[in-house]
Amino acid sequence: MQHGEALVELSNVSMVYGQGANAVKAVDNLTLTVHKGEFIAVVGPSGCGKSSMMKLISGLMPVASGSLKLEGKPIAGPINKVGMAFQASNLLPWRTAVDNVLLPLEIVQPHRSQMRSKRAEYRDKARALLESVGLKGFTEKFPWQLSGGMQQRTSICRALIHEPEILMLDEPFGALDAFTREELWCMMRDLHAQKQITAMLVTHDLREAVFLCDTVYVMSDRPGKIVKVQKVDLPRPRDLDVTYTAHFQELVQELRSYIGRH
Amino acid sequence: MQKFKETILAPTLFVVALILLWEIIVRLFGIAPTILPSPLDIWKALLQYWGPLVSNSWQTLFTTLAGFGLAIVFGLLLGVFIGWSKTIYGALYPVMIGFNAVPKVAVVPILILWFGIGTVPAILTAFLISFFPIVVNVATGIATTEPELRDVLRALGASKLDIMRKVGIPRSMPYFFGSLKVAITLAFVGSVVSETVGSNAGLGKLMLDAQAAFKVELVFAALVALAVLGIVLYAMTAWVEKRMTGWAFRGENQGF
Ligand SMILES: Nc1ncnc2c1ncn2[C@@H]1O[C@H](COP(=O)(O)OP(=O)(O)OP(=O)(O)O)[C@@H](O)[C@H]1O
Ligand SMILES: [Mg+2]
Repeated sequence: MQHGEALVELSNVSMVYGQGANAVKAVDNLTLTVHKGEFIAVVGPSGCGKSSMMKLISGLMPVASGSLKLEGKPIAGPINKVGMAFQASNLLPWRTAVDNVLLPLEIVQPHRSQMRSKRAEYRDKARALLESVGLKGFTEKFPWQLSGGMQQRTSICRALIHEPEILMLDEPFGALDAFTREELWCMMRDLHAQKQITAMLVTHDLREAVFLCDTVYVMSDRPGKIVKVQKVDLPRPRDLDVTYTAHFQELVQELRSYIGRH
Repeated sequence: MQKFKETILAPTLFVVALILLWEIIVRLFGIAPTILPSPLDIWKALLQYWGPLVSNSWQTLFTTLAGFGLAIVFGLLLGVFIGWSKTIYGALYPVMIGFNAVPKVAVVPILILWFGIGTVPAILTAFLISFFPIVVNVATGIATTEPELRDVLRALGASKLDIMRKVGIPRSMPYFFGSLKVAITLAFVGSVVSETVGSNAGLGKLMLDAQAAFKVELVFAALVALAVLGIVLYAMTAWVEKRMTGWAFRGENQGF
């Protein structure tokens, strides 16, 4: 599959938590490029620095060395061009699903100043987004009235409502049961196909990475660096059945052999 | 029906039984009214001293609510301030703990020294004793905001104020309203204690005078007034809590 120009470029990036004697190097010598429209996965042992890499790209943490660019410009601080979703949906319990999805628009400009005048329009947009991920009839429900899978769908909608350049997912399906997880894979696959979003997925599930992504990056133990880049050449659109094919299994096994290897 | 049985019928029967038992014991053992007046004596005293009981109840209610109101205002402000940053939290928390460790009764004489005998020390005692739980609860509610939620918002360019307004303060509200039940009870205690130590009005003062005059049944009548007042104050704040933070009791009242 052919992708557009480079969106995120990391070259020789390293990142450190703390200072002096307490300094912990979380990632080291990280080089990778995410192209527009590409869906990449980052896998690796626990604590290798995957979440840290997300914090770098979203501008929440500064790089210690190397260069980090988004659309050719260095990232220095939060840029509202990312949307994030985590393992916990972190929805606000006092807001309905649609109002949760609206939250980013209350913060990001120019929507923030237009919130008053365009509220109805924004709500319609949020509702449409929720309906597109299968939440028709649940948009006015509170988080505690939604199942775990529905909460996660809502959380992903919240990450997308302001039309970010890149969607960052940190183990978004980690807390779900196997069936719900596969349902959400399909939802993610369809969102990616329909909206041509660029996405970065951190996961511990290699099948998930292979099923959803175009490129899978394997990171080493901390400090994390890339030890393997695996292109996934399975044709799209992919059906869940593809996970039972020999080629799919081969790809998963190949990736597995790089994890925790010293 | 079951609910009526549990929340109305059972407690009422229990209270009636308790009063009857009290009456019986006092009569059976011939206990002197100067030691323990019977419920009937207390009832008579309530009717006899109705005027002073009511006027002093108003005074106590006023000082309690004034102190409580101050505690809400300062408790919220200080709670938000402390929850604002880890540094402020770290700097102020030990001081707060130290302050809270001082028994407030010990402060009453100082307050009387400064403001003279009267209403002001009672209000201030109520305030001092009740604002701590509000501060701690509000600060805790804000400080326990999920770091990932903060990250989601910070990545969008949200300022600290944005995060506070959209998440921190709303999520601390159940903590805040939850602390009001404790705070109102403490404010009430503070008022009465201060009235007992040095005041010229209020139920505390009334009890003190009644005791000095050996009007034991009036002491007990004032106790009844205190109990009623205390229950009303508690019920009011409990109701407000339920009303304001329905979302935090997510579907608790469903089922059964
Ligand atoms: N706020 C922090 N302060 C100090 N060290 C941190 C902090 N966050 C993470 N680290 C350290 O950085 C390293 C990488 O953490 P990170 O959260 O990026 O790992 P991860 O790959 O996401 O792990 P997991 O798969 O378990 O989520 C870890 O060794 C961790 O101890
Ligand atoms: Mg992580």
